[in-house]
Amino acid sequence: MTAPLLRVENVSKRFGGLLAVDSASFSVESGSIAGLIGPNGAGKTTLFALISGFEKPTSGRILFRGVDIGALAPHKRAALGIARTFQIAQPFAGLSVRENIAVGAHLRHAGRDEALAKAAAVSRLVGLADRLDMSASSLTVAGRKRLELARALATEPTLLLLDEVLAGLNPSEVRDVIPVIQQIRSAGVTVLMVEHVMQAVMSLCEHVFVLAQGRIIAEGSPATVTKDPGVIEAYLGHGAAARLAARERAHG
Amino acid sequence: MSPAFADRLRAYAPMLAAAALLALTPLAISANTVLNAMVLALLIALAGQGWNILAGYGGQFSFGHAAFFGTGAYGTAILQARFGWNAYAAFVGAIGAGAAVGGLIGFLSFRAGLRGSYFALVTLAFAEVLRIVANAAWFTGGAAGALLKLDVRPENFQFSSRATFFWIALGLVTFAMLATRALERRRFGAYLVAIRENEDAAKALGVDTLKVKLQAIALSAAITAAAGAFYTQYFLFVDADIAYGNWISVEALLAPIVGGLGTVFGPLLGALALHGLAEGAKALTGRIPGLDVALYGSLLVLAIAFAPNGLRGLLGRLGRGLSFGRAS
Amino acid sequence: MFAPEIVIAAIINGLLTGAVYALVSVALTLVYGVLHIINFAQGAMLTAAMFAAFFAQQAGVDPLIAVFGLAPLFFVLGYAMQRYLIGPASHGKDSNILLVTLGLAIVIENGLLVAFGSDTRTIDVPYGFSSVDLGYVFLPMPRVIAFGVTCVVAAMLWALLNRTDTGKAIRAVAREKLGAALVGIDVNHVYAVTFGIGAACLAVAACVLLPSYYVQPRAGDAYILVAFTVVVLGGMGSVPGAMIGGLLIGIVESLSGLYFGESLGQLGIFLLFILVLLVRPTGLFGARA
Repeated sequence: MTAPLLRVENVSKRFGGLLAVDSASFSVESGSIAGLIGPNGAGKTTLFALISGFEKPTSGRILFRGVDIGALAPHKRAALGIARTFQIAQPFAGLSVRENIAVGAHLRHAGRDEALAKAAAVSRLVGLADRLDMSASSLTVAGRKRLELARALATEPTLLLLDEVLAGLNPSEVRDVIPVIQQIRSAGVTVLMVEHVMQAVMSLCEHVFVLAQGRIIAEGSPATVTKDPGVIEAYLGHGAAARLAARERAHG
Repeated sequence: MSPAFADRLRAYAPMLAAAALLALTPLAISANTVLNAMVLALLIALAGQGWNILAGYGGQFSFGHAAFFGTGAYGTAILQARFGWNAYAAFVGAIGAGAAVGGLIGFLSFRAGLRGSYFALVTLAFAEVLRIVANAAWFTGGAAGALLKLDVRPENFQFSSRATFFWIALGLVTFAMLATRALERRRFGAYLVAIRENEDAAKALGVDTLKVKLQAIALSAAITAAAGAFYTQYFLFVDADIAYGNWISVEALLAPIVGGLGTVFGPLLGALALHGLAEGAKALTGRIPGLDVALYGSLLVLAIAFAPNGLRGLLGRLGRGLSFGRAS
Repeated sequence: MFAPEIVIAAIINGLLTGAVYALVSVALTLVYGVLHIINFAQGAMLTAAMFAAFFAQQAGVDPLIAVFGLAPLFFVLGYAMQRYLIGPASHGKDSNILLVTLGLAIVIENGLLVAFGSDTRTIDVPYGFSSVDLGYVFLPMPRVIAFGVTCVVAAMLWALLNRTDTGKAIRAVAREKLGAALVGIDVNHVYAVTFGIGAACLAVAACVLLPSYYVQPRAGDAYILVAFTVVVLGGMGSVPGAMIGGLLIGIVESLSGLYFGESLGQLGIFLLFILVLLVRPTGLFGARA
């Protein structure tokens, strides 16, 4: 069995009195699309910050390709092949879409012309080709999400961390982005996505981890995980699993 | 002509054209007072070019660029007067000293994570520390200042003709403009602007923000130090208030803001506009001390309020030119 | 190295100087804590207030009496400046506000220069030469009064911020602007009021400072950098921090002058400033960077 691309080992993160992540452990296999779900405040974005280097774990290790990357700064992790999008889109507002994506492309292409060409190519992948010379600040929410995706993709990552890239999109916009993510995986990029849009999680993810109150409480295929009583309780409250089961029996 | 060469020509032609046009000035005007004013304006434009790279392109607003100007000014004076260096070598040495000071201040400040107002404050403090030390130290001549021996020969970087100084200053400004344009066309410039717009996003895309900022401040300091060194060559005298005083920190930031932050021509346009205005005001109202600077301040406020993209932005709106930096 | 009495005298003198620093710094920290801007026009406003106090004195009104007129006047001026000038001009962007206040500083300072020339002027007050005798050190009366006034103002500010509705509104806006707006607080008004209070503090500082200092268009400059140091040391936005920081800085300056000589006295302050910025920008009492 090949080693997993990403291995999070007993990672905890404490902010003063708050334990945001509590001994989380999971692995993501190379070439897969994995999902990280959980109720709000569970610690998902903190986990992303830990993996991408914007926070340092209080304890535990993060292994990428078997190497402990815990001490590496964010830009070094990006160079290694870990790219992320931000939950609240962070465009380079004063620049055009092309210039935005080119910043990502420059990681692997020092020359300006190559970077701009690569930016144009990536924009075609995510569907922004028609807006290349628009100012990033004039994009819609959906456009900004695509820009986040395009910029991260331009760094030619091995592992792509998507932080609620579908949030704020209407159902038809969601339907448009799903094949893009599948295409990204086909090109050889491993994807770990935090998502609330269950439609996307069910159709995209092969493996799902559920985070609640900083702890991984379940993992498995989307179908398994959504039936797990612990997961139901985490989302719907104490006793919800029993109530739902009782109602099913009554209608059964 | 290969397409690459044609492309490069297109990129740098505007700066060279502007320089050529300005170079004609001493041929048209021989009045010393006007030439003097123009040399000063060019000097400010040069200092402003330096500031513009760090602030306009990099988004790090320094309120203490006097620290670099003064190091250049004193640097060349001390290297010549105390160490007997050749004037041109001293000029280069002074620029190196300025870059080193920039690197040091940058290293301390950026490593500590200072941004925005905090960064502005710490640069102000550094400039002030240097001013106090220069005013008291023996090797800078203390409160009496430093003098360069008057020995008007080209080998000494001293010329009898003001026009020569004008052309040298113009040459320096042109060089700085070309360097800025080159920056715009390279990865370094893209990274710098990315840091200005959103530093965290830049980090996530693999930009070593500390390294880029350090390179930017060193370059910025070197250019401003060149302006300081030139000042000393031109006036043959410098003291702590001239070298490290608040006036140059303010002028170095006013010119780019009025002329167009984050653009190649901004500092030059701004410096010419401001100094043209100052001369005009002096001609109309006589030499009232403080009036020109008060006007500068009002212009700053007005510029921020009504023309945040400066003169360059206004001109850009008139003719859709190439504009790299700030979209609205 | 120095006899204990000399050091203690330096410390006490430092405390007296520090009181005025504290008063000036309170204005700066209040504006930062609520508006989250650094008012670079601070020094110029202080200078303007000093000129006002000077002319009041020339007209026969002692600064300690003039303060009752000047403080409200400067409150109004400060209010107007923020409401109708700084606020609108900066379009809400932080970098703009920095530059607008810098621009105002230049305009005010040089406006004073144009209007009144660069001569240094001083005033004489009846109590100018009396002093408090502590045995080993004479404390000049004007500076003792300055200390006393600062304490009174500090108490008044505390009462204002903690016991009045206006104070509550100010604290609300400082903590959470959006929430405050949602409950009906007029944020622009609160901003302007805070700025006005800061300006009034500067007016008081000018009045107590004038008898022992001088007035000149650049007089306030010396205070602005020191005020920045105090505010950063005490924590941006913390009024008690500014008070204590001011006293501390006064002592540091006094001792620096004692050990390093007069010309380098201010150096100690700025080196401390840089050190604090680099090591602990949130200051001794501050909450956020």
